[in-house]
Amino acid sequence: MSAITRDEVAHLARLSRLALTDEELDHFAGQLDQIIAAVARVAEVATDDIPPSSHALPLTNVFRPDEVRPGLTPQQALDQAPAVEDDRFRVPRILGEEA
Amino acid sequence: MSTPTETLMPFDEAMERYEPVLGLETHVELGTASKMFCGCPTTFGAPPNTQVCPVCLGLPGSLPVANAKAIESTIRIGLALNCSIAEWCRFARKNYFYPDMPKNFQISQYDEPLCYDGYIDVEVDGETVRIGIERVHLEEDTGKSTHVGGATGRIHGADYSTVDYNRAGIPLVEIVTKPITGTGRLAPQVARAYVAELRDLMRALGVSDVRMEQGSLRCDVNVSLMPRGGTEWGTRTETKNLNSLRSVERAVRHEIERQAGILDAGGRIIQETRHFHEDTGTTTSGRSKEEAQDYRYFPEPDLVPIAPDREWVEKLRAELPEPPSVRRRRLQAEWGVSDHDMAAMRNADAIDLVEATVKAGAPPADARKWWMGELARRANESGKALAELPITPEQVARVCELVASGQLNDKLARQVLEGVLAGEGTPDEVVERRGLRIVSDEGELAAIVDQVIAENAEVAEKVRNGKIAAAGALVGGVMKATKGKADAARARQLILEKLGVSG
Ligand SMILES: [Zn+2]
Repeated sequence: MSAITRDEVAHLARLSRLALTDEELDHFAGQLDQIIAAVARVAEVATDDIPPSSHALPLTNVFRPDEVRPGLTPQQALDQAPAVEDDRFRVPRILGEEA
Repeated sequence: MSTPTETLMPFDEAMERYEPVLGLETHVELGTASKMFCGCPTTFGAPPNTQVCPVCLGLPGSLPVANAKAIESTIRIGLALNCSIAEWCRFARKNYFYPDMPKNFQISQYDEPLCYDGYIDVEVDGETVRIGIERVHLEEDTGKSTHVGGATGRIHGADYSTVDYNRAGIPLVEIVTKPITGTGRLAPQVARAYVAELRDLMRALGVSDVRMEQGSLRCDVNVSLMPRGGTEWGTRTETKNLNSLRSVERAVRHEIERQAGILDAGGRIIQETRHFHEDTGTTTSGRSKEEAQDYRYFPEPDLVPIAPDREWVEKLRAELPEPPSVRRRRLQAEWGVSDHDMAAMRNADAIDLVEATVKAGAPPADARKWWMGELARRANESGKALAELPITPEQVARVCELVASGQLNDKLARQVLEGVLAGEGTPDEVVERRGLRIVSDEGELAAIVDQVIAENAEVAEKVRNGKIAAAGALVGGVMKATKGKADAARARQLILEKLGVSG
């Protein structure tokens, strides 16, 4: 039984805004399945006395004081933008006409 | 998909047949100096993209670090809402594609909010309603989009959009209520009173400027209806981004009337987000959700967990300010004002100012008179909030003092306030520069009285003959001669003395 279905890969591709062909879906589903199976081996050594962890370091409460620090100028910020208008990032139409 | 014509059911009728269930999500922008995860400033209204850096623009390789003050403020909010504070919790990534979030995810909290399970009491029509608080969590605000082209400036029909990321990354606290049931016909007022109470609480805590019109406090309202006597809640709608107390109340009322109309006609409520329109007081369908949102939350790997120290939490709890409702009751008793006057002051955001003016030495009645009268009028004229007027409570207290000591009358005091607001200096400086002090020199006033009597011999004769009411005209003459700078009561006294009659 595979760890991830082709439909799930298609769903993730859509959420990630990736246009995958049918061949690519077949291909990636197989690859992802292998990757998940490899990572799943962690579960074999994770016994009940080992709590799940999301972070590699046993740190908590890393904060910075509420102080303003210099950032970028608008020119620097917009320098790499594909399109700019009135010192703002210009982006393509977000939603189509109201259906 | 066009919405079929909707027939509203009148509110009273809707309330006879259905029981509303509410839920409110309120977003509060914290008033920190810097953003949540970077050191960019947070000043409202700065030119576009002047308060940005690699972190809040989501540039590759940048790393967030949490703002200590924002964590502290959130815990204080949680404590003030009678919440439990998490022993340990994490930030989470909420993944979605939308231009206002340059990272393509928002750092938020998912199943481990910083504060949970609290309540707040609000008063409506003399009834106390306890609103349960589900959770209080911390996240980052998004950028601001402007939609260009199309007829309405709305997102639908726009040709393209432009984005300013100054607001992206400002700490945002989300406060979510538990379902609010059993409020019946008070539901719209309860929703409004709850948001008003939250606003006062945030202000008392000093964590946000809570300017609804600037979006630093905004509210989403969930409404559903169930038939009276039923047990199963109906499908809910979520009306987004309400930015005034009045809108909150109207939106709830409208949704109740709209949903009741649909249910009554045998229709079904669609679970969707809706937009409220200030001009018509109605809501319209927003983006309909073709599919359930899938945000793929996961623990934020770039930020380590938060484990608030219990001693710190208890210290913050001990330092909480007096709850706003308790404070309002105390001040009302101290000032001896009616419920109506107190509510008016609350609506005008004048309570803090009046309190500070009283603290600076003014009698409560005088402090209230100036803030709710002349100053409220001037604020209204200039489209400003009372607190934004360029005058301090100490200065208003000084004006009250000058009036009380007889150095100014009300008319002159208004001119002094005008001068202070115009930037002419302190009240004393304005009095000096504009020459507004009352003529208090007895000799000078007596000379003016003599002159006025001489110029109005006929009137003076009437007064001598006992027609004391006619003295008013002479007092008017004195006020005119002094350009309003005489103490009218003293002038009258002098006139009567000189004419040999007793008032
Ligand atoms: Zn930044």
